[in-house]
Amino acid sequence: MYTVHHKESFWAKYIFSTDHKIIGLQYGITSLVWLLFGFTLMMIMRYQLAYPESPVPFIGGLLGDGGILPSEMYNSLGVMHGTIMIFLGVVPLAFGAFGNYFLPLQIGAIDMAFPKLNASSYWMYFVGSVIMVIGFFVPGGAANSGWTSYPPLANIATMGQTVWLFGMVMLITSSLLGSINILVTVIQLRTDGMTWLKLPIFVWGQFITAFLLILAFPPLEAAGVLQLMDRLAGTSFFMPSGLVVSGEVMTNAGGGSPLLWQHLFWFLAHPEVYVLILPAFGIVTEVMANNIRKPIWGYKALVYSMIFLGFMSFIVWAHHMYLTGMGTTIGAFFQTTTMIISIPSVVILTALLISLWGGSIRFNTPMLFALGFLPMFGIGGLTGLPLGLAASDIHLHDTYYVIGHFHYVVAPGTIFALFAGIYYWFPKMTGKRTNETLGKLHFFFSFIFMNGVFMPMFVQGLAGVSRRLWDGGEVYAHAADYLYLNEVMSVSAWLLGLAQIFFIVNMIISLKGEKTGEVNPWNATTLDWTDTTSPPLGHGNFEKIPVVHRGPYEYSVPGSKVDFIPQSEKG
Amino acid sequence: MNKAIQLNDRFGAATTGKLGMWLFLVMDALTFGTILIGGIGLRNAADVWPTAGLILNVPLTAFNTFLLICSSFTMVMALNGVQKGDRKSFIKYLALTIGGGVIFLGVQVYEYTHFILGSNELGVVLSQSGFSGTQFLPFTGMYGAVFYTTTSFHALHVLTGVIYLSVILTQAVKGQYGSDNYDRVEVAGLFWHFVDLIWILVFTLIYLL
Repeated sequence: MYTVHHKESFWAKYIFSTDHKIIGLQYGITSLVWLLFGFTLMMIMRYQLAYPESPVPFIGGLLGDGGILPSEMYNSLGVMHGTIMIFLGVVPLAFGAFGNYFLPLQIGAIDMAFPKLNASSYWMYFVGSVIMVIGFFVPGGAANSGWTSYPPLANIATMGQTVWLFGMVMLITSSLLGSINILVTVIQLRTDGMTWLKLPIFVWGQFITAFLLILAFPPLEAAGVLQLMDRLAGTSFFMPSGLVVSGEVMTNAGGGSPLLWQHLFWFLAHPEVYVLILPAFGIVTEVMANNIRKPIWGYKALVYSMIFLGFMSFIVWAHHMYLTGMGTTIGAFFQTTTMIISIPSVVILTALLISLWGGSIRFNTPMLFALGFLPMFGIGGLTGLPLGLAASDIHLHDTYYVIGHFHYVVAPGTIFALFAGIYYWFPKMTGKRTNETLGKLHFFFSFIFMNGVFMPMFVQGLAGVSRRLWDGGEVYAHAADYLYLNEVMSVSAWLLGLAQIFFIVNMIISLKGEKTGEVNPWNATTLDWTDTTSPPLGHGNFEKIPVVHRGPYEYSVPGSKVDFIPQSEKG
Repeated sequence: MNKAIQLNDRFGAATTGKLGMWLFLVMDALTFGTILIGGIGLRNAADVWPTAGLILNVPLTAFNTFLLICSSFTMVMALNGVQKGDRKSFIKYLALTIGGGVIFLGVQVYEYTHFILGSNELGVVLSQSGFSGTQFLPFTGMYGAVFYTTTSFHALHVLTGVIYLSVILTQAVKGQYGSDNYDRVEVAGLFWHFVDLIWILVFTLIYLL
């Protein structure tokens, strides 16, 4: 079924490969580039917020007259920052890259279930991401109706919105094909002895994520098709009757429902939050188990909490819509489900926290990022509770508080976990080690500046500063006392950008370094580290397919000579 | 050869291909479900909704529905043929299935052309239904929007199915399948039956109700 090629051209080996490891690397490199790009967009926006209507240095000439960021373009940058970070950056990195590379290794498979489908999902993602960016070059600029694309505004927006929708349909299709692949791989290709409750938490995280994607993305795909019909074929799915724009009554047929879009969008976008966080839980668990040198506390509690979290994430979406005039009964239902979904999240976080107790912790770079994840995700999660209650949400809705909450979950939360994963698995991918000093500098500066960016957002939000303001809130008298924070946040953001140089330099230096020849440098137990050949692995992964005899985290087993026993070891 | 790849007993007797297709169908069903349920909701909110059969040609489409169901039947016969190793009947029935799909699409193109070009007759029916003009277009009220979106999205699936089955047919003619190797035919059949099933829902919701 699979043949091992010995002499392949560069193109066959690295570009049109069907090997899951190469595809994982393709996903990883592409998404890291997009993350940097999306971050740059935000740094431009933050200049306008810190120093309203003054020329942006260095790149001002690209933006508009006198180098000042025009308000229309500010809106475009906002949309593209959100879209790029989530759909082009974090999801492909967490799910595409890590899932592709390490999931088959951890379950003892020689490849994904459908290697060709795997390659085509990557290329579909790549084309979709290019389409997204083409939006910047069409008349009227990129999409500018918010990353949520609420109609009727999105329906009457400039051409960039159409480009955005085409890009989204491509990206969604790519994610759907990817998740089918992950699901079938986990169900069918586990090696002998790898029963469900012996799977590493990382695999569980990816598996549940794939389920969420496959159930949540189709409604958004359909909604995207409907909005495309509205924009291109003149239908009125999301256009109400008698809409007046700039003093003119719209001539469309009307009768549509803008709320329908919001329901369909959030039916995806709430599970999407868990798509962002579940792979992160998986990575953090792997890194922590390895570096505390003892079993994870509450393996089953973690697994069942993640399954429950996945299930509940489908019945909380309308907590994004309290201000649409929904009745109190419906509101009460969604408040209740939202409070319930916080329980499994707390169980997961608690299990990880208790795991630290009594461990002999190794504070290496991946572990620092994993430890940073815990309180940062905790802050992100706890600040979400007031948003889940209708009464407090009325005050906080669409303020910077929401932005702070969401970014705490995803930026120092998920992205820290992803960095932990990159540092942890770098030896597996390259056979080389990363530089610990640079890695630690990267962590500490990122940690400080992340908080510098997002913590003041809570203060501004509670003071009532709205999001999506081009002037950063200058027009609001009530916000005047808190506007100095704009500069604090902006400077932190730029310094955060600079801190990433440590990461880039570290990657370059480490890649140029010598191979260590170590097969299992972290003394880890899971199957991805058991192979006897020196990394990087060839096509086919294993010299001999391992057979699983024990659970994933058998560290410091009493009576054992070494402090770790690999899953594949008999006994 | 990897032992893990050969072990197909992990999800009943399903092969990886079959399990993948079933998951794809779950996903596709949700996409269609969203469009159909959204259509029902918008219909309930619409001011104008024509009586069934006034604008749309129900007998013609009923024939089309019958045709599609027949093509599902021939698909079953094709699978039966390849399972028994009867190559002739396998290829014959597979070709018939593709033919059914092609005629179905032809009838739909005819229907669309008729509506888009418009006629005075159509104008009379449209005004009886509360619309103006002599053409029936995607922006002829919410009715046109729901009709065109749902049927064209389904037609895309039929087109995909026709291409998919044509690939299988080409491979079949080359002699790729036999009584010990028919998994891909079965998986393609799943997709075709699904497209057929969805059409029955579309026909009921759009044409009959």
